[in-house]
Amino acid sequence: MKVIDTANNIAALAAKMARPKVISAYPITPQTTIVEKLAQYVESGELKSEFIRVESEHSAMASCIGAEATGVRTFTATSSHGLLLMHEMLHWAALARLPIVMVNINRAIGPGWSIWSDCNDSVAQRDTGWLQFYCSSNQEVFDTVIQAYRVAEHKDVQLPVMINYDGFILSHTSMPAEIPSQEEIDSFLPEYSPEWKLDTDNPITHGNIIGPEYYMEVRYDMHMSQQKAKKVIKDVDREWAEKFGRSYGGLIEKYRCDDADTVIVSYGAMGAEAHASVDELRKRGEKVGLARLRVFRPFPKEEMKEIAENSELIVIDRNISPGMEGAMATEIKATVGTNIKQFIAGLGGRDVTYRDIVRMYELAKENKDGWYSVEVE
Amino acid sequence: MVAIKDLPEEEYVLEGNAACPGCPITIALRTVLKALGKDTIMTVPASCSAVIQSLYPKTSFAVPTLNIAFEAAAASASGIEAALHAQGKDDVTVLAWAGDGGSYDIGLQALSGALERGTNFIYVCYNNQMYSNTGVQRSGATPYGAWTTTTWTGKKERQKNLAEIAMAHNIPYVATASIAYPTDLYRKAKKAKEIKGPKYMEIIAPCPPGWRFDMSKTVEMAKLAVETGAWLMYEFENGKLTFNGPSKGIVEGSREPKPVEDWLKMQGRFRNLTEEDIQKIKRDLKEGWEFYRKKSQLF
Repeated sequence: MKVIDTANNIAALAAKMARPKVISAYPITPQTTIVEKLAQYVESGELKSEFIRVESEHSAMASCIGAEATGVRTFTATSSHGLLLMHEMLHWAALARLPIVMVNINRAIGPGWSIWSDCNDSVAQRDTGWLQFYCSSNQEVFDTVIQAYRVAEHKDVQLPVMINYDGFILSHTSMPAEIPSQEEIDSFLPEYSPEWKLDTDNPITHGNIIGPEYYMEVRYDMHMSQQKAKKVIKDVDREWAEKFGRSYGGLIEKYRCDDADTVIVSYGAMGAEAHASVDELRKRGEKVGLARLRVFRPFPKEEMKEIAENSELIVIDRNISPGMEGAMATEIKATVGTNIKQFIAGLGGRDVTYRDIVRMYELAKENKDGWYSVEVE
Repeated sequence: MVAIKDLPEEEYVLEGNAACPGCPITIALRTVLKALGKDTIMTVPASCSAVIQSLYPKTSFAVPTLNIAFEAAAASASGIEAALHAQGKDDVTVLAWAGDGGSYDIGLQALSGALERGTNFIYVCYNNQMYSNTGVQRSGATPYGAWTTTTWTGKKERQKNLAEIAMAHNIPYVATASIAYPTDLYRKAKKAKEIKGPKYMEIIAPCPPGWRFDMSKTVEMAKLAVETGAWLMYEFENGKLTFNGPSKGIVEGSREPKPVEDWLKMQGRFRNLTEEDIQKIKRDLKEGWEFYRKKSQLF
């Protein structure tokens, strides 16, 4: 079935088709239409699920943790300050090894209040143990929500997944998307069978005090599961492509990279916009490609190294770690070395068009980089 | 009224746990879990009860237990209950077991949310009137005049009344109890189990190291709290307020409470009270009894 709809409605539809038994969410702009839609699905009986209308995002994640620990699939969605309020419980969910799936609409942080896109909200959750996806189209949002459950619930992973996409640029923009049938989704994503749960016939205590003789192993196991998730993500992407004919390259989506001497690296909506920039630059005879980072955690080190072997990198970040640089640039430099060009762009929803990305390419060739439209230009 | 000898023999708080000697919490939990039985899932926020469980990989709780962040007990209970309901397991009781810090203060928002949205669970606040686990800091439940490690010269404010806040949510059952009256506590927990919807219970839990009294006096201290009227035992059910044990006579004015000094003077935390402070505490208590006398006549 072909639909033309906003990323939020499509995310809600994907969540519905994944058949979570418990949804718990709190409204925040620009995520609200997901919550509204899901409430409608549940109240109309279209989706057989418990919907917990919590009083905060902290409680949204806490109740997802309670539900998932009791053995059912869960879903939630948030954005920006809501994600920040959840921060403690994000750590809790990951260390509890609960495969919760959450959509986060990237939105800038206040003050001053900004409802527009930037990724400081999710980048600030980098070390929580959540897997992080960044989507660049409504179709990818749908596909990734379904895939996320397969990845999260995989016995080698058992970690929560956050699916990010840009506020308004995607969340409120209608785009076409192909929606598989419920039967097709059910065969791709079978009913959830948890590895452990709170069960009165088999009482366990989960999460009590743990001494130094065990804690490090818990962290190590979590880290190794993140590493193993790379293969799982690629396998699930491949299987999705076989079934539905769409692949996002697993961890990184590459575009015209084969003979490229320069590769632009970005993610989310800017990652999509850069397609047009690459086409434009190619017309001028520039040998440029695009690597769209689809997965930020686990970080695709091997793939990034491979890309950097034959190409110079221009990294465009829609976030800033004040006093340092863009978070993705830091990760990439840690992986491939410091000889890259890096830009900060699009914070607080400042528009980044394909022309801006072309211009960043030109500046990089003039050996300039930095804050696009603030420092440079 | 059930007799002590008739309480179920099953134990869900196991021996060898990590509670301090004379700890009131194990007395309270032991009694409550006897009433709720095997088919109970418990969620425990940061609190003394997180320690009492003992260190991983051991546990002293014999019902499935989820540990959760300090402010999140009630919200996690909503999730557990929803998941049970989704699986058709409505016969399982969900118990949130939190201290006064996790209930009066940091967990108040989540508690209010869960009560308001009708989560079918029992929330028990075991009230030792301070943050015991972190070493005796003041909480919203610490009474006027009490020494804590953050109120060295005595707390300057009165405690709030969380059971009243719970009642304001129009929930079907609110009860207060004391570990010195275990059959009353058992009966209340048993009743809470049978009622659908959110239930709030609060148990006075005198803490020997925090209140500064001898560990052999825990039960005595909990009994005296009731007999002096410093703690009232009641039930609020279907809009009706009923007082239990000595609290009934104290609130109705038919029973002369023991002098509150008897209770205060047994506790090192009140050792710096002035005569003026004691008079103020007496006035405040009287005011409370009068409030409840009027309130119980309203319905």
